[in-house]
Amino acid sequence: MTAFFQTSFGILTLTVLQALGIIVPVLLGMAYLTFAERKVLAAMQLRRGPNMVGPFGLFQPFADAIKMLMKETVIPSGANRVLFLLAPVLTFGLAVIAWAVIPVNDGWGIANINVGILYLFAISSLGVYGIIIAGWASNSKYAFFGALRAAAQMVSYEVSIGFVLVTVLVCVGSLNLNDVVLAQRHIWFFIPLFPMFIIFFISALAECNRSPFDIAEGESEIVAGFMVEYSAMTFALFFLGEYTNMILMSAMTSILFLGGWLPPFDVVPFTWIPGPIWFIAKIMFCLFVFIWVRGTFPRFRYDQLMRLGWKVFLPFSLIWLVLTAGVLVFMGWLPHVA
Amino acid sequence: MAFLDRTARGFLLSEIFGGMALTLRYFFKPKVTLNYPYEKNAISPRFKGEHALRRYPNGEERCIACKLCEAVCPAQAITIEAEPREDGSRRTTRFDIDMTKCIYCGLCEEACPVDAIVEGPNFEFSTETREELLYDKDKLLANGDQWEPVLARRLELDAPYR
Repeated sequence: MTAFFQTSFGILTLTVLQALGIIVPVLLGMAYLTFAERKVLAAMQLRRGPNMVGPFGLFQPFADAIKMLMKETVIPSGANRVLFLLAPVLTFGLAVIAWAVIPVNDGWGIANINVGILYLFAISSLGVYGIIIAGWASNSKYAFFGALRAAAQMVSYEVSIGFVLVTVLVCVGSLNLNDVVLAQRHIWFFIPLFPMFIIFFISALAECNRSPFDIAEGESEIVAGFMVEYSAMTFALFFLGEYTNMILMSAMTSILFLGGWLPPFDVVPFTWIPGPIWFIAKIMFCLFVFIWVRGTFPRFRYDQLMRLGWKVFLPFSLIWLVLTAGVLVFMGWLPHVA
Repeated sequence: MAFLDRTARGFLLSEIFGGMALTLRYFFKPKVTLNYPYEKNAISPRFKGEHALRRYPNGEERCIACKLCEAVCPAQAITIEAEPREDGSRRTTRFDIDMTKCIYCGLCEEACPVDAIVEGPNFEFSTETREELLYDKDKLLANGDQWEPVLARRLELDAPYR
C-alpha cells in the first residue's frame, strides 16, 4: 500500500483524496451554514426559521440545492457569455482553493507551505475579480454599481487586513500558518493584540461582503448588486463562494487570533478533546458572530464605509503595528524561528 | 469633555456591543411564530371564511331567493336564478359564488333576512384548479351541512352584538 503511494499515479490519487477530504466537509459546512444563518436570524427576530424539511428542517439545504439545480440558467442577451459564466466559477474556485493551506491540526494542512499567510492574502484579494467580472459582464446598471462598490470596498479593507497580518507576523516570525498557531501555545493572540483582533474581524466582514458592509449586494438599494442577473447554478456558485469565504475568514480569524487547533488551557480535560474539534468549534463561534452581527446592525452608507476603512482602521492599525513592533524590540521579545 | 466621552465610547464600541447584547437576549426569547399547520390561532365568531348555505332543522333550505345578497355583493361574485317550486314556495334553482371574485366582506351574510348564506370559520379551502373555486348550490349546501353545529354556535355567540 505504501509502495503504491510512492508511484506518480499514487501521489496523484493521494492528492485528490486529500483535496476531497477538505472540500467535502467545507461544502457540507457551507450548506449547513446557510441553514444556521436562517435559524439564527429567525431566532433573533422571534421567528422559527425553516422547520418543515426533515427533523427541525435539517434537510432544508439539500432541498435548496435541488431547487437551484432544477432552475433555468438565464443569460441576458446583452451579456458577455464567456465572462458571465466565468465569474461565478472564479468566485467559487478561489474560495475553495484557499483551503489548501489551512492547517486543521498540527501539520494537517494539505500544503504546509512557508508562505501560507501570503497565499491566503493573495487568494482573498483575487476574489474581487469574480465580482468585478460578474458586474461588468452582466451589462446591467445595478450589477455594475454593485461591482464598483465591491471593488472599492474590498481594496480599502484589504489594506487594513494587511497591516493586521503584518502585526501578527511580527509576533510570530514566520509566514507558515502552522508556526502561527504554534506561536500561540502560551497565549492566544487575541489577548495581547485585542484591538487588531477587532479590526481584523470587522475587516473580514467587509471582505466577505457581509452585513453591515453588504453594500455590494445592497438588497434594498441595488436589488442584489453584481448578482442581479444571475440565476440557478450560476447564482448558486456565487452563493457557495460567499459562504465558503465566510468559513475561510472564520478559519483565518481562529488561526491568527484564537489559537487554531490549540485548547484554551493546556490542562487535562481540555487536552483530551482532539485539535480539529477545537478548530471547528472556533470556526463555528466566529460564524455565529458573523450571523449575529448581521442580525443586529443596519447597512453602512457607502461614504461611511470608506471613512471607516481609510480614516479609522488604516491609521489605527498602522499605529498599533508600530507600537507592537516597538514593544517587541524594546522588551527583547522578538521571536526567533529557526 | 463631551468630545472625549463620545470618542472613548466610539473607540470602545459600547453602542455596538450594547446592540449585540440586545439581539442575543432576543435570540433566547420564546418564539412568537405559530407553528401553523400544527398550531392554529383562536378564531372570532365573526370570522369571515368559506361560505355556506344553511338549512332549517327540518331539512328545508333557508334561502328564499330574495337576491339581496346578489344585489349587495360589491364584487358581484354571487349569481342567483330562482323559480317557484311545485309546492309554490320560492326557491333558488341556481346559487353560484365565484370564490375567486369574493372579497370576504361579509355583506351577503348581513343582507340575508333568513340567515341562509353565512361565512363560516373555515379558511383552509385552497384548491389545485381555479374551477374548483366556482362554488355552486350543492357545494354551498354541503358546506352548510358539514359546518352547521359550528355555524349555529357562532350566530348564537354573536347575536348580542347584532
